Amino acid sequence: MPDAAPHALPDAAHHTLSQPTQAEVALAHQFDSLEQQRDATTLGMWVFLVTEVLFFGGLFTVYSVYRSSYPEAFAAASHELDILLGTINTVVLITSSLTMALAVHAAQVGQRKALIAFLVVTMLLGAAFLGIKSVEYYHKFVEHHVPGPGFQFEQEYFRHAQLFFSLYFMMTGLHALHMVIGVGIMLWMVAWAWRGTITAEYYSPIEISGLYWHFVDIVWIFLFPLLYLLGRHAH
Amino acid sequence: MWTGIPLFPETASTMASRVDALYLFLLGVAGFFSLLIAGLIVFYAVRYRRQSPRSVGATIHGSVTLELTWTIIPFLITMVIFIWGASVFFAMARPPDDTLDIYVVGKQWMWKFQHLDGQREINELHVPLGRPTKLIMTSEDVIHDVFVPAFRVKADVLPGRYTNIWFQPTKAGRYHLFCAEYCGTRHSGMIGEVVVMEPTEYQAWLSGGPEGSLAENGAKLFESLACNTCHRPDAQGRGPTLDGLFGKMVKLQSGETITADEAYVRESILNPSAKITAGYQPIMPTFQGLVTEEQLLELIEYVKSLQATPVAAR
Amino acid sequence: MSSTVLSPPRHYLNDGYGVKSWLLTRDHKRIALLYLAGVTFFFFVGGAMAVLIRLELATPPGDLVSDETYNKLFTMHGVMMVFFFLIPAIPAVIGNFLVPIMIGAKDLALPKINLLSWYIYMVGGLFTLYALIAGGVDTGWTFYAPFSTASSTTNVIPTALGIFITGFSSILTGLNFIVTIHRMRAPGMTWFRMPLFLWSIYATSLINVLGTPVIAITILLVAAERLFHFGFFNPALGGDPVLFQHLFWFYSHPAVYIMVLPAMGVISELVAAGCRKPVFGYTFVAFASLAIAVVGFLVWGHHMFVAGESVYAALIFSILSFIVAVPSAVKVFNWTATMYQGAVSWETPMLYAYGFIGLFTIGGLTGLFLAAIGIDVHVTDTYFVIAHFHYIMVGGTIMGYLGGLHFWWPKMTGRLYNEGMAKVSAVIIFVGFNLTFFPQFILGYLGMPRRYHAYPPEFQVLNVLSSAGASILGIGYLIPMIYLMWSLRYGRLAGSNPWGAVGLEWTTTSPPPTENFETTPVVTWEAYDYGSTVEGHVA
Repeated sequence: MPDAAPHALPDAAHHTLSQPTQAEVALAHQFDSLEQQRDATTLGMWVFLVTEVLFFGGLFTVYSVYRSSYPEAFAAASHELDILLGTINTVVLITSSLTMALAVHAAQVGQRKALIAFLVVTMLLGAAFLGIKSVEYYHKFVEHHVPGPGFQFEQEYFRHAQLFFSLYFMMTGLHALHMVIGVGIMLWMVAWAWRGTITAEYYSPIEISGLYWHFVDIVWIFLFPLLYLLGRHAH
Repeated sequence: MWTGIPLFPETASTMASRVDALYLFLLGVAGFFSLLIAGLIVFYAVRYRRQSPRSVGATIHGSVTLELTWTIIPFLITMVIFIWGASVFFAMARPPDDTLDIYVVGKQWMWKFQHLDGQREINELHVPLGRPTKLIMTSEDVIHDVFVPAFRVKADVLPGRYTNIWFQPTKAGRYHLFCAEYCGTRHSGMIGEVVVMEPTEYQAWLSGGPEGSLAENGAKLFESLACNTCHRPDAQGRGPTLDGLFGKMVKLQSGETITADEAYVRESILNPSAKITAGYQPIMPTFQGLVTEEQLLELIEYVKSLQATPVAAR
Repeated sequence: MSSTVLSPPRHYLNDGYGVKSWLLTRDHKRIALLYLAGVTFFFFVGGAMAVLIRLELATPPGDLVSDETYNKLFTMHGVMMVFFFLIPAIPAVIGNFLVPIMIGAKDLALPKINLLSWYIYMVGGLFTLYALIAGGVDTGWTFYAPFSTASSTTNVIPTALGIFITGFSSILTGLNFIVTIHRMRAPGMTWFRMPLFLWSIYATSLINVLGTPVIAITILLVAAERLFHFGFFNPALGGDPVLFQHLFWFYSHPAVYIMVLPAMGVISELVAAGCRKPVFGYTFVAFASLAIAVVGFLVWGHHMFVAGESVYAALIFSILSFIVAVPSAVKVFNWTATMYQGAVSWETPMLYAYGFIGLFTIGGLTGLFLAAIGIDVHVTDTYFVIAHFHYIMVGGTIMGYLGGLHFWWPKMTGRLYNEGMAKVSAVIIFVGFNLTFFPQFILGYLGMPRRYHAYPPEFQVLNVLSSAGASILGIGYLIPMIYLMWSLRYGRLAGSNPWGAVGLEWTTTSPPPTENFETTPVVTWEAYDYGSTVEGHVA
């Protein structure tokens, strides 16, 4: 619990005559050093991700309760999802986490062009994910698997399959919303990288955005088997 | 009508005095500690009142002995209360075997009581004095709650499920029955009365009853809904025989073994594919939407009434 | 006080004028005042509902308002008070103001997020207020399914969305405090030199961060179910209404610790300053705060003893509910022991502290009644529960809030309020409060259910007593508004340490400069170090 030695007093004022460095411009007034700023903002993002774990966790709990109550209906409904598209999306997202990690590395070593390139590729992969998801949603609509008055399913599993699809749309929909926000964050980072705000000394915004992106990826890693792979081994 | 300000509810069931005993103990504990703390605060505030603007208090950091004392002693007291409360709860949660059963259906904003022999009541429930009575309850719409303060019993009444409470009345009279789970506009109007009668009066009241017990009505339904075409007493039908089934263990297709109770019968009517009996096909159609809650109770009582008959050789 | 007290020339209140300098501020102190305006507004909205409720309940028949209206009144009373007053008040007003100062920092770690928190809070609050004005909502603040999802015909979705939005305000504030306490402490300010208020805020922030997301998803599922006819909690569609209760209470029980822990933190500060000695058993009080936060997550099922949970689950929740009471008891004993051989003040903040300790003790002890399942079966969903939680929330949290507001008012505003009027209000509030809520314990055991618009006549006398008390309490709450506002213009100047207290906040000016300290403090003393240094601290 107790942290390492408290932070040192700020140095006496310097650089009053020469131009401030990019890093000094980036230093917010409440912090004593860039290192403290980086520690604090990184901790902030980790705490935020914990809240996201609890948020999705609540939803996963609802899913788990109903899945254990109605296993056959859930397996039958899961079978109706497009496992090929789901797998492609999984690969797309994992790759985008790779490109994100490469972007962070590029930022750390000050390679601005590589940073921008990797950020853009990550965005494109994210957009591809969302595009494929839209196609899947469209298929579900056409097949009358959207819960509501138009829902159709074999009589035996009707009610609980509808429950499955309610959960499917809720879970993947919230995940997709987080992806959209993630793509927005990437765009913002591209803007900062373009303007030269990100340097080898000040790259923590990229790191923190990377943390968020990896988290959204990990949520999908859980969603995919839970939703798409139910009972597949039995066939 | 009322003689003065009531400060304590009537004691009208066997559980009530047990609950009251624990309550009085808790009042004692709470009163003791409240007065202790309040007294100490007042005493210290007066005794150590600041004398001058610059005076400071004694530098005392703490005492591990005191901390342990006032951690362990409260902990032990709470454990005593827990055990006592749990024991009262066990008695509440375990009805005796030979209860008089009455079905309750709650709906916005009224109570429907169904006695086994067919008597139906709305908002008023007649029960015999001294007889352990179990209420088997469900809701037609949202969550309600049956609460009889004089008996100290309460349980939520849920849609899609059966819950129950039991009591043994010890005093004849009329007692409030409240809905104690907020259920919408006329929640506070969903009030009824429990009328506890001497056993002979209760019998007289019962026999003024109407057409057909629950089980008899259930038998009629069993035929009119054509259940008897598949569920035959000679076990030749496409569905398992129901004679002697209630209360027994049933082996399911999935390998599980469960008890055939009210919830099982209800589920098998509304969602037959949930629990298929071992050795049978999942071909029973669902009756969801085709039977009301009351009809379900009638069918359950009918199934309960079916005795095991000698099975002809196949 | 000395007539040579001067106001500091430059401080956070005059460091920039105009609406923009307030609405776009990054200064945690200004944001605290923005929150003060917000919570006060919502408190009086919720309070107005309470007045109407108690007016209606003075007579047995439902004759003041229709039953539909009454149901909307108690719903909005609960929603406003819980989500828009009790949860944010102490952390976002007193916490925001003091956390950086108490640890010797210039601001919170994330000032822009802090401002965003306030905007989110106001948007959520106004959204919910819109739901009220556009016809109200009648589900109770607990939104039980399937009534809320399939039966109620009122503005459930806007209210749910308003609460959802406001949840992010709690999450971001909690996040900010956690990061700040971990990373921004001044040199020498170790964890165990921090004032106990910070330990309470830290524990509260842990709950905020871990619990609020669960109510967020729960309320979102309710809204989605209403909108899209999903069946998560509707048995007719295969769902389970009791699952809603598990999800709801998983947050809403820890939420009550969000509401009371900061007040406990305030009390630690008031008792130390009011007795001019260290809080007895500092380490135990600090760890008790953490224990309450942790164990508080494990007891949610005690709201569901009669809801259909299994006997075994009920037993586990019952025993844990008893265990969670113990750290609170430890705190009460420690505060009381602090008064022993203290230099005990009778000034207004101390009066609120005494009130808190006494009333919280009663409220907490009645919690033991509820934890005992055998008793809970009888008293749950009755006025007994209402009395229990109002003793903690109003007798506890609100008194802690008012005590803290009075204690730090001179620091925040640079002004002293009228002590005579303040003492009188404190006494009026104490008397009014007890008259309002003590009869409700009796009513509950008698069997009067909660959320009842009309009731059997034999309950009337106790209800009349309660309503009379409520009118006294209401007056008691209005008086501070008057003299506190008055002090802003006409109050005597406070000086940096009007109480002669020990703490970093008393070493800086009243009001403090925008960056809190002229130079970053280097801390070499323990918390509440009254023994040697008080001479230098008295103004």
